[in-house]
Amino acid sequence: MNEIQTPPSLYAAREPVFPRRVSGAFRNLKWVIMIVTLGIYYITPLLRWDRGPNLPDQAVLVDLANRRFFFFMIEIWPDEFYFIAGLLIMAGLGLFLFTSALGRVWCGYACPQTVWTDLYILVERWIEGDRNARVRLWNAKWDARKVRLRVTKWVVWLLIGLATGGAWIFYFTDAPTLARDLVTGNAHPIAYTTMAILTATTFFFGGFAREQICIYACPWPRIQAAMMDEDTLVVAYRDWRGEPRGKLKKGQEDVQQGDCIDCMACVNVCPMGIDIRDGQQLECITCALCIDACDEVMDRIGKPRGLISYMALKDEAAERAGGHPKNVWKHIFRPRTILYTTLWSAVGIAMIVALFIRSPIDVNVTPERNPLFVTLSDGSIRNTYTLRLRNKHGEDRPFRISLASEADFVMGIEGAEGLEVIVPADSTLTQRLYITAPAGSAEAASERTEIRFWIDDAVSADRVNADTVFNGAGG
Amino acid sequence: MSKKPIKQRVEPETTGHSWDGIEEYNNPLPRWWLWTFYLTIFWGVLYTIAYPAWPLVNAATQGIFGNTMRSDVAAEIKRFEDANAPVEAKLVAADLAAIGDDPELVNYTQNAGGAIFRTWCAQCHGSGAAGAVGYPNLLDNDWLWGGTIEDIHTTISHGIRNTEDDDARYSEMPRFGADELLEPEQIDQVVNYVLQISGQEHDAALATEGAVVFADNCAACHAEDGTGDRYQGAPNLTDPIWLYGGDHAALTETVTNARFGVMPSWQGRLSEADIRAVAAWVHGRGGGE
Repeated sequence: MNEIQTPPSLYAAREPVFPRRVSGAFRNLKWVIMIVTLGIYYITPLLRWDRGPNLPDQAVLVDLANRRFFFFMIEIWPDEFYFIAGLLIMAGLGLFLFTSALGRVWCGYACPQTVWTDLYILVERWIEGDRNARVRLWNAKWDARKVRLRVTKWVVWLLIGLATGGAWIFYFTDAPTLARDLVTGNAHPIAYTTMAILTATTFFFGGFAREQICIYACPWPRIQAAMMDEDTLVVAYRDWRGEPRGKLKKGQEDVQQGDCIDCMACVNVCPMGIDIRDGQQLECITCALCIDACDEVMDRIGKPRGLISYMALKDEAAERAGGHPKNVWKHIFRPRTILYTTLWSAVGIAMIVALFIRSPIDVNVTPERNPLFVTLSDGSIRNTYTLRLRNKHGEDRPFRISLASEADFVMGIEGAEGLEVIVPADSTLTQRLYITAPAGSAEAASERTEIRFWIDDAVSADRVNADTVFNGAGG
Repeated sequence: MSKKPIKQRVEPETTGHSWDGIEEYNNPLPRWWLWTFYLTIFWGVLYTIAYPAWPLVNAATQGIFGNTMRSDVAAEIKRFEDANAPVEAKLVAADLAAIGDDPELVNYTQNAGGAIFRTWCAQCHGSGAAGAVGYPNLLDNDWLWGGTIEDIHTTISHGIRNTEDDDARYSEMPRFGADELLEPEQIDQVVNYVLQISGQEHDAALATEGAVVFADNCAACHAEDGTGDRYQGAPNLTDPIWLYGGDHAALTETVTNARFGVMPSWQGRLSEADIRAVAAWVHGRGGGE
């Protein structure tokens, strides 16, 4: 061992990545997806939807203060949170499905980190130029030009970040009102804080952290490995066709040389900064830009496309042995993906059914347990119940309370005559209610009697029920 | 990503620790981690300057803001009291019987009154207001001193049979046995009579005798038919609700030694708004008249 040699450092600094511009089918697909996803994200809070005078007119609104979620014609109350749970389950199963069929297609095309990084790289390219210019600028001294370019880029990034954070908070409050409050300085501090945090994270994640988020911060790449198998489509390099790689020299057709001319196009366009020719790697998000880059080169040198392409590992083995790849659809339709699709559809159908059969009125009953019953002066036994009556209509509704029972119960509500209460629009009313069993009746003497409340909406004829018990003195 | 292989194998630095021959590389901390660590130290120093922190001989350092958990609580309490002041003023100004017609006052009294009850009243009357032996059940429709909201308000304000409030409700049942006002046989007779008028098992012969004893000694307060008298807090003896128990033994004890239940006066301890809130809460438990 050489005495003067220093041991290798265990700290590896990030090597900056300067993705080159590329054009092709996958790049175009990514542009379309970027426009659609960002369009949905930024425009959705601005959409209006008329729900009547008492309810907000924002099409998509998470009203945390009033605990309501509005999605166009659908209004979700906290007690219907299972819809959100269902959506999350569907999102999970959908991710399983796409990963098992198409690999990291979510990472490569639709993940916000990928989309915003792509947008930030686009801005970077507009301002600082393509790869070579950016590498030169990176190495250049901090002169006036570099400062000007950098500051311009950061300002544009910051504005995008601000729009991103701003759009986010619009989902939680009425957008036009909040926009006015934000400008005039009257918005809630939480709005400004949230906006500042999201602006900062967007700016930092999209501008500087980029691929490191995918490699170090995101748990999904680690989980995905469990969902991929030999039929999953991944971006792969046909090394049996490309190797041995070598520069193309004019007039010299080397029969020993493979199709790869080592032009580094696939490496230069990669937003993750990897070389796909090294094989499958954790860092690869399968954005397919290397496919576009390589196809372009193959076209130019007159070789067939597909030196780098989407491929299943099974096909790779088959091709290496000289066979033919299977049809893509045969890879996609296999028991595993069909199972995921079935589960995904089942949850989706169940949610749609639940959405249609849910009632616009609802009731919960809590019997008073402290004490279980009260003996009145005539010897009758009285139970107290707390009813939570929910009126999900945009107008006040009279609710009629009745009891499905053969027994001789007497029912009364606290503080009012009769058995009808007005439940205000879009709200929950808590009402104390008393049921009395006459002295000597079977219910008064027995320990428990099952009873059922019926609640009738006097306007719409909707009715709901709730089961509970009557506690007699017999216990 | 750097993919250059390390050409010359040079053993990296280790921490020097060795466990069963297993050594540990001296990996540097990630920079973001390191800087976060330094930042937390810096933050900790600032925190000890800003808030009470270092214990000294007599007390801890007070922090430059003078802010403590206790002062936070005091500020929070003040904030709630200020916020409740308008509705409390409205409650004090309102006619007692009209509280139930005002949704704002109903909402306030049902929440504030419940909290006051659970703080000051639950020790005797139970957290559900169902009472206990010797402490009346406030949920039923049997009231010793009246069950209108005005009656309840008066009872809470001045209490019962206490010595601290001249306006406390007062009555005293004689100790018929202990003071030898009645013979033990007469007590047995009148107890059987009370068992009879309250619809319980009794000895009919003794009860017939007891009716005479009752008319001579008890009817003045408990009324001729035994239904009691709210002006004197004399319980109704014909219903199935008993404060101290309604069986032969309990009734014998009551007639022999009498009962003297005491409730404190609250007008000096609770504000008028609090007394009204808890009166409205009790009145709204199902037994209010």
